[in-house]
Amino acid sequence: MSTTLLDPTSELQPATRQLNDRLASLAGATVGLLDISKPRGKEFLDEVEKQLTELGATVKRYCKPTFTRVAPSELSQQISVECDAVIEGLAD
Amino acid sequence: MNSATDSHYALVLKKDCATCRLIEPVARELVSRLESSLQVYVQDDPSFPASIDQKIDDTELEFSFHNAIEVVPTLIRFSDGAESARVFGWDKKQWQDFLQLADLGSELPDFRPGCGSKSQDPGMEEMLAVKYGGASRAARQLEIADSEDLMEACYERGWTDGLPVVPPTPLRVTRMLAGTNRPADEIIGNIPPDYAPCSIEKAAINAVMAGCKPEYFPVVLATVQGALQEPFCMHGLLCTTYFASPVLIVDGPVTQRIGMNSGINALGQGNRANASIGRTLQLIIQNVGGGRPGGIDRATLGNPGKYSFCFAEDESDDDWPSLAMDRGYQRDDSVVNLFAGSGIQPVMDQQSRNPESLARSLAASLRTVSHAKVFMATDALLVLSPEHRRVFREGGWNKNQVKSAIFDALRTPGEEIVRGAGGIAEGLPQQLKDKTINKFREDGLHIASAGGKAGLFSAIIAGWVASGEKGSQLVSQPIEIES
Repeated sequence: MSTTLLDPTSELQPATRQLNDRLASLAGATVGLLDISKPRGKEFLDEVEKQLTELGATVKRYCKPTFTRVAPSELSQQISVECDAVIEGLAD
Repeated sequence: MNSATDSHYALVLKKDCATCRLIEPVARELVSRLESSLQVYVQDDPSFPASIDQKIDDTELEFSFHNAIEVVPTLIRFSDGAESARVFGWDKKQWQDFLQLADLGSELPDFRPGCGSKSQDPGMEEMLAVKYGGASRAARQLEIADSEDLMEACYERGWTDGLPVVPPTPLRVTRMLAGTNRPADEIIGNIPPDYAPCSIEKAAINAVMAGCKPEYFPVVLATVQGALQEPFCMHGLLCTTYFASPVLIVDGPVTQRIGMNSGINALGQGNRANASIGRTLQLIIQNVGGGRPGGIDRATLGNPGKYSFCFAEDESDDDWPSLAMDRGYQRDDSVVNLFAGSGIQPVMDQQSRNPESLARSLAASLRTVSHAKVFMATDALLVLSPEHRRVFREGGWNKNQVKSAIFDALRTPGEEIVRGAGGIAEGLPQQLKDKTINKFREDGLHIASAGGKAGLFSAIIAGWVASGEKGSQLVSQPIEIES
């Protein structure tokens, strides 16, 4: 089941939600790496960090307390303030 | 009995209707005489009438809607596939003639009125129109999964002004559209800054979201039309770094009919019509026009009136013309006036007991509109409270005298307000040093009336620094009241 809503806009934009604008370049950007706390995630993200650093990005590392739950609001807010982009690191 | 062999009949009943229960023997007789040429529809309880076996459950009211049943009982005759005649309620003679049955219902009283059809219950007509067609909407339809919160869905799509909106379902929009006779696809105009066309339907969607009742909708439509008047300069007003935004002042009989507030806290919160009409214009500019803060809206600080700034004028004093009357309209005209305003500056004067003092006092406060040394740039709307109006009335002054006294009191020697004067760099160009300067341009000071009966306070709503022909001028738009 669903509810129908009528679009109040000029319909110049697509109805589906759009991705945020992508970064034009990684040079000088701060990129967050979020480890969701699955085993071996650290090793995988270490390699991602190395490659991002080579591309000129500054990398900040974050870690969710547990992969079973969504990130705490404090962590999401911290990342949104400190980073230009974030990569959420799955380890499966 | 109608002898036309291709005729058939439909009888619509409702158990809750005493007249329908009364005519059950008639219904039974008709079933027995007309047999398969009669279909009996029941709106509320399909077990009624118990003495008739063949009944059609119309609790979904589809038949009643498609056949515009207004009263039960209704008996319709169809000939050649289309309705040819109907009777409703119970009028014995009429039913006997209709069916050519001289003894039909002879044991019943001569006359009983029917009851309202369930399809005419409040709000039901639009619900059925949405369900069974006749109310198809042109706007893009978005399906929101039940797992999504509707309010959050509106936020996430960027449709709100920061406060929650009423989710614009097809039913609510259809009900809003019942507030006007104008066709849903009529284009009101192109909304800046994107200059996207705004249909009546788009306006209705945004009016729903803002919290309007359908009876406010004619005011909303006039407001949008007013905002699109060229002298109002809506595009520039939206783009400006300055504070200003539309302020709506509504005049005429419509204000009382829809319950607008012109009294206590008239410029504040708490009245649905005031709040939602003003908010609708802002939502239309945002959603249809694409004008968003940080996008095309470049306001440095903005003002709280950008959520909504709309009030009715106090027109209780017959001798005191409304703002609309100043613009050439009559007391009986319903009119919305739009002013590019920048929030409220209070004026307190609890000592003036004569018009001369109060006019000078108000002028002293009006001097600071935009800046105490910037003249001829910014219009102002002065909202006089009842107690300040009383001082003028008791002193025998009319509105024009008030306005010209304020205007005159603000004429200032250029040397006081040129750049550098008083040790303040801001001011008028040096070449105006030897001139006498008006604070406001000729049509730049407007006076409206509102407020509670207690309080020797008035309000200044300062305009936009780009007032007049180079920017925005106060505009008035008549409201089309439909019967």
